[in-house]
Amino acid sequence: MGADPAPARLGVTEADGTVTITLRGGLDATSTGALWRPTVRAAAAAGGRPLVLDLAALSHCDTTGAALLLATEAAHGGPVAVHGAPTSVAALLARVRSAAMAGAPETGPATVAEPLARRPMPARLLAGAAEGLAFLGEALFALFGLPARRRMIRLGDLARFTDQAGVQGLPLALLLGGLLGLILAFQSAIPMRRFGADIFVADLVSIALLRELGPLVAAVILAGRTGSAEAAEIGTMKVNEELDALATMGLDPMTLLVLPRIAAAMIAMPVLVLALDLAGLAGMTVVMAAFGFPPALVLARVVAAVRPGDLLGGVFHGICFGALVAAIGCRAGLATGVGPRAVGLAATRAVVGGIVGTIVLDGLFAVFNYRLGL
Amino acid sequence: MSETVIRARGLAQRFGAREVFHDVGFEVRAGEIFAILGGSGAGKSVLMRQLIGLRPPSAGSVEIMGRDVMQERAAVRRAIGVMFQSGALFGSMTLLENVMLPLEVFTGLPPEARVAVARVKLALVGLAEAADRMPAEVSGGMARRAAIARALALDPPLLFLDEPSAGLDPITSAGLDQLILELRKDLGATVVVVTHELPSIFTIADRCILLDHAARGVIASGDPRRLREESTDPTVRAFFRREAA
Repeated sequence: MGADPAPARLGVTEADGTVTITLRGGLDATSTGALWRPTVRAAAAAGGRPLVLDLAALSHCDTTGAALLLATEAAHGGPVAVHGAPTSVAALLARVRSAAMAGAPETGPATVAEPLARRPMPARLLAGAAEGLAFLGEALFALFGLPARRRMIRLGDLARFTDQAGVQGLPLALLLGGLLGLILAFQSAIPMRRFGADIFVADLVSIALLRELGPLVAAVILAGRTGSAEAAEIGTMKVNEELDALATMGLDPMTLLVLPRIAAAMIAMPVLVLALDLAGLAGMTVVMAAFGFPPALVLARVVAAVRPGDLLGGVFHGICFGALVAAIGCRAGLATGVGPRAVGLAATRAVVGGIVGTIVLDGLFAVFNYRLGL
Repeated sequence: MSETVIRARGLAQRFGAREVFHDVGFEVRAGEIFAILGGSGAGKSVLMRQLIGLRPPSAGSVEIMGRDVMQERAAVRRAIGVMFQSGALFGSMTLLENVMLPLEVFTGLPPEARVAVARVKLALVGLAEAADRMPAEVSGGMARRAAIARALALDPPLLFLDEPSAGLDPITSAGLDQLILELRKDLGATVVVVTHELPSIFTIADRCILLDHAARGVIASGDPRRLREESTDPTVRAFFRREAA
């Protein structure tokens, strides 16, 4: 981290049964990484024979370097002679060693008061639109910067968010889809019956469900379950200064917190949409059976009525809705104010914004689809 | 020991028409513990946020190791470690994972090395046995120590501590002061501490500046022990002697 970090180098020699590990240059947080495994491996290989750590050529060493020296000793297992360590390095090593030996945790009361919330009421609408645009820009910027920040991609987080948004939302999607199919079929069957057109209920419900209602209801589920949770989680981090801490460490909150949540929503939505569609069709089939239409006949109607484009279009809408809902949820979280009420407010904004945004986007899609003749 | 680590010039902070302070300038030298003092509302925390580049000053500039904080944020951030007032530990991670996060991103250390290094940092602050606990499960004093360990993760030469002992009992607070002194001695770090705890100031600070709300700026600077004995300014005397009286 200094102005001119001397590269650290490792040398291993053996004479008269004694293995000597020589470390040269500077051992610090950046330079130690490359040396860690070779050094520990060399020490482990020397197990049983006397080991000498020659540190005479070490220009500087920080606690990361000291941790490597301790790990080297531990890997060797036996006594290790440290030769020629500069005084500062020897002192640090002694300090780190004694700390690692002892270490009784002390206790104390936790009393941290949060400042009370006080927010002004400016002309919000314009500012909100501008901030939304800024958020979109930042998200895109983070997305394009992703290759340079590969190490900030935490796959564990992505898996956790996908599980939260998708797998844990499945039962709800199945339940709502089934009920939706039942209700739609029942409500439309009664007037259709008067015209003797009950069988077309299958067409009506399947097209409505696959094209529109499936993705829409899935987005509502996502907004209620996931968007709100995201806003609350990020909002709490903001209240606890965790976002500032990330920023001072040079970790971009957009890359670390927002992008994986949006990606997770986009992965989860097709699953939710398909689950809803299937459950809805099943619910409709049950109602139709009650009206005397065998499932095979209903299925044939559905297959005849629905084009693959309807299903794929619905799934595509679902993915777009998912990205929008997650983005609005994260945005609400990042915009959290101060004080205990702020997090709740952010969660509310995430749900309301998510649902309204979804329906507006759906309207836009409807216009485009009409224009494109889809 | 006379190398200048921080050079602040003409710093000011205004919120609309309200001015918190103006023309604040000082230098922090390598290896010293420098305290930013002042009553509530004097702008201590705002000043610290300016120093670490989280808030652009209304006027003036900050250089850390010769680099402008606002211009070269990325480079400066690698050189500093920050402990926030409440600790700001990431609540979804154990103490160990908190310390490991910066290591994960910024060093090429293999996973087992990251664990070993993070354990050493926690041991340095006396938390070797609490490494696998969640931040919500530890006491305030332990959380502060863990936050210091995280600030030390990349062995920064410059450490910022915002109210390290606020809200802690005197004994825990004194323990923290000792820890800060030890870290300075062992790691050779420069420490900037924001505080208003008198015992801590006299124990750890080599030099200080005193911000005052009414004067909107620095009203005294120097060795806090000498300021207590020699200052003739009534506000300064009142600040340093409030508990002695």
